[in-house]
Amino acid sequence: MNRTLYGNLIFELSKKGRKGYSLPEDYDRTHSTAELPEALRRKEAARLPECDELTVVRHYTNLSHNNFGVNDGFYPLGSCTMKYNPVINEELAGLKAFAGLHPLQPAETCQGALEVYYNLQESLAELAGLSQFTLNPCAGAHGELTGLMVIRAYHESRGDVRTKVLIPDSAHGTNPASAAVCGLEVVEVKSDANGTVDLDDLKRLVQQEGPNIAAMMMTNPNTLGIFEPHVLEITTLVHEAGGLMYYDGANLNALLGEARPGDMGFDVMHINLHKTFSTPHGGGGPGSGPVGVRKGLEAFLPMPRVVEIPAEGEDEGCFKVDWGTSVDGERGSEIAVGSFFGNFGVMLKAYAYILSLGREHIKEVGPLAVLNANYIKERLKDDYLLPIHGVCKHEVVFDGLVDKSTGVTTMDVAKRLLDYGYHAPTIYFPLLFHESLMIEPTENESKETLDGFIDVMHRIAQEAKSDPELVKTAPHDTPIGRVDDVLAAKQALTTYWKSIE
Amino acid sequence: MFKYFPHTEEDLQEMLAATGVKSVHELFNDVPQAARFQKDYELPEALSEIDLRLFFEQLTAPGNAQQLVCFAGAGCYDHYAPSVVQNLIQRSEFLTSYTPYQAEISQGTLHYIFEYQSMIAELTGMDIANASMYDGATATAEAALMAWNNAKKATRVLLSETVDPKIRRVVETYAHFHGFPIKLVPAANGVLDRNALNTELAEGGVAGLIVQQPNYYGNVEDYTGIADAVHEQKGIFVVNANPSDLAILKTPGEWGADVAVGEGQSLGIPMTFGGPGVGYMACVEKLMRKLPGRIVGQTLDNRGQRVFVLTLQAREQHIRRQKATSNICSNQSLMALYVTIYLSLMGKEGLRQVAEMGYAGAHSLRDKLIATGLFKETFEGQTFFNEFCLDYEGDLDALLDACAAYGYLAGVKIGERTLMLAVTERRTPEEMDELVDIIKDINKEEVKA
Repeated sequence: MNRTLYGNLIFELSKKGRKGYSLPEDYDRTHSTAELPEALRRKEAARLPECDELTVVRHYTNLSHNNFGVNDGFYPLGSCTMKYNPVINEELAGLKAFAGLHPLQPAETCQGALEVYYNLQESLAELAGLSQFTLNPCAGAHGELTGLMVIRAYHESRGDVRTKVLIPDSAHGTNPASAAVCGLEVVEVKSDANGTVDLDDLKRLVQQEGPNIAAMMMTNPNTLGIFEPHVLEITTLVHEAGGLMYYDGANLNALLGEARPGDMGFDVMHINLHKTFSTPHGGGGPGSGPVGVRKGLEAFLPMPRVVEIPAEGEDEGCFKVDWGTSVDGERGSEIAVGSFFGNFGVMLKAYAYILSLGREHIKEVGPLAVLNANYIKERLKDDYLLPIHGVCKHEVVFDGLVDKSTGVTTMDVAKRLLDYGYHAPTIYFPLLFHESLMIEPTENESKETLDGFIDVMHRIAQEAKSDPELVKTAPHDTPIGRVDDVLAAKQALTTYWKSIE
Repeated sequence: MFKYFPHTEEDLQEMLAATGVKSVHELFNDVPQAARFQKDYELPEALSEIDLRLFFEQLTAPGNAQQLVCFAGAGCYDHYAPSVVQNLIQRSEFLTSYTPYQAEISQGTLHYIFEYQSMIAELTGMDIANASMYDGATATAEAALMAWNNAKKATRVLLSETVDPKIRRVVETYAHFHGFPIKLVPAANGVLDRNALNTELAEGGVAGLIVQQPNYYGNVEDYTGIADAVHEQKGIFVVNANPSDLAILKTPGEWGADVAVGEGQSLGIPMTFGGPGVGYMACVEKLMRKLPGRIVGQTLDNRGQRVFVLTLQAREQHIRRQKATSNICSNQSLMALYVTIYLSLMGKEGLRQVAEMGYAGAHSLRDKLIATGLFKETFEGQTFFNEFCLDYEGDLDALLDACAAYGYLAGVKIGERTLMLAVTERRTPEEMDELVDIIKDINKEEVKA
């Protein structure tokens, strides 16, 4: 990463008359947009940049030098599972043959694509211990919303009006937000002293809300990285009240090889392919958030889905898209969450990852990720406050420094880490602690990398004592210093046009 | 050992010792025995990189993933993007980073999102755009939620029947579960029926109206006067517009829209079987705080430099939880970068030229198809851009199959007899002539048979 700021905006590099494209000139000009009535035309040309190709190439290359990715260094952003994104998967997903497929072309001409799609649906079901998956949702939160829709559709089909969803106070913010978008009312379940679901509080709420409970959403291991020890009692309790159990798959990576949500009694879940299945996060997407259901709920999954049609007398069948409309006489699910099939390009990478690891290596993922997190936990707990003791899973949460007397906060520690060439952990989440510092190393990181990080964390703890100002004013060695968030919100300059007014 | 796992036996022993357990499996002793997975996954065995490549090559062998000469659209278009775009978005600093929480080491991402927002706002004629949505359909659904949640005494959100039915299904899904009614305003001759709309508006209680431009059938509608009528009811006017055409067509802003949404795939993103594309969402200033999703703003750092940062976050789920404007967090950031680089290269003139070529191609192809005597126009006298509908007198399924056999995707069947075709700058005059010839030949053979 470059340590000086590249500050230009593409608009500032524009010069009238330059161009960065070439298009054929020999087209049939019998018609032109001059035929369009004035009332349908825009008045002034859009102020898009005018740049030659090299200017554009240098601009975005220079911008990339002000960015930090997994390929640049350790990225222990908790709950985000910043794995290595295998290069071969990028190459395979970028194959021209896939890129040129139209989503509505005849199934006979795209069996290869449908096969990957179908196989991924099936592989995820096996890994989750559930019956069927839809790959339509484009992100984790989109998956949550889709899953809650499935749950509501199930209750509706039984004529059962249920409007409440139980959500632990440690949950990701998307859980309550997805519930609200889905028209459900959130009932918060307290955490106990161990940071896990307070079983007594849950019992009380189940008693109180009973037939109103549509579902309970759970992340397991939870956002503290702790496995919910009472998960079987919890799923039983909610099922007895007639509710369904939703599994937020954001933390699924911890369990690969060791446990499956379906076996714990979860009915519906989503998986973040961009976390557990190694597809790149792309600066905030595109992700993919497939949703799976247990047996008996398949009919509520959104359409379209890819199905296998067994061929008579042959071992292998062929695949087709089931749009679930009334074309074939039978109407499928009424739920639709996207125009086509979701982020197919992302699915190709996830499937390539599954095939690379295979049955023998996928099961090593969870144990190695969990070992890495526990190693960090044990080696940092003398300097960083470990609020909950015991074994963690794929991530560990500290409540800031042990020594709070220096005034150095979690924010300061995070910013100082940037100076040392590390991405910061997730900070100030979960909300259960004031100074949360949530570290997720993933299985891809070596002992040397972890040791280097641990040493730097210790050094920062030392600096907090010996030279607190150094830490409080960090970062010093990055392209920019701390930003004025208040000014950003106050002036709300969100376009170049507004900034030059 | 596996290539993505760096742990040697020695590392494992040292780490286990430091952690105080004897085996990695011991770290899962808190998982109830009944929930432990102790079998083998029923999955294929690991493939070497050579075998993995062979497997994918076989999947894309001729016939298995066949790129047809594409005259299909219906929300996904075969546009061209200069090689530079794909090359630059693959830079690992962009590809392998996440949401730019740490602004000090994420200026690259923040910077391009700011440029993207500026370009989307400029194309649509809106004041502010967010950092992207999943796709055009979910962006439209979010706009419906915005309209409903913004209204004080409304009874429904109006949705034009000329909006893509795939988008309508998503809007209806979101509305159903969120708990508000969607009222479909019927179409007449392929455009919104103004009489039906007037009747709805006269009833009152309209939280918003959603239309599409060009609409699903490719028709360019005249929305003059609609914004005022919707605003009289304090409703929100939402225009779903194809951004590629906005180099020429009147912008949502010029139509008086409060919210503009749409699918950005037409800005050069490869079709890739329907995704990833990128949804866009923009609005007028007064709705800024109701906008879902990430927004990047300009500010200063403590060294006095102009920098960019995620802002107006009080709308978002990680702060507001169930009171957030939406649940969206991750979006389609890398595809927003794709669109930004595409628009930087195409620029003011290039995007116009792309639109011009699509328009010219579609109109000339339509003339030629009608001249065969096998087609007649589906919607009489309507204005269209680069996509249009024709009614075919023969068996449409047979026609599509026969064209596919020649390597042509002749369009999308949207009714028993109705074929919808789209033309982009990628379609050569020769390809268009050949499509017409194929169709003529098929009909000659049928006559003979």
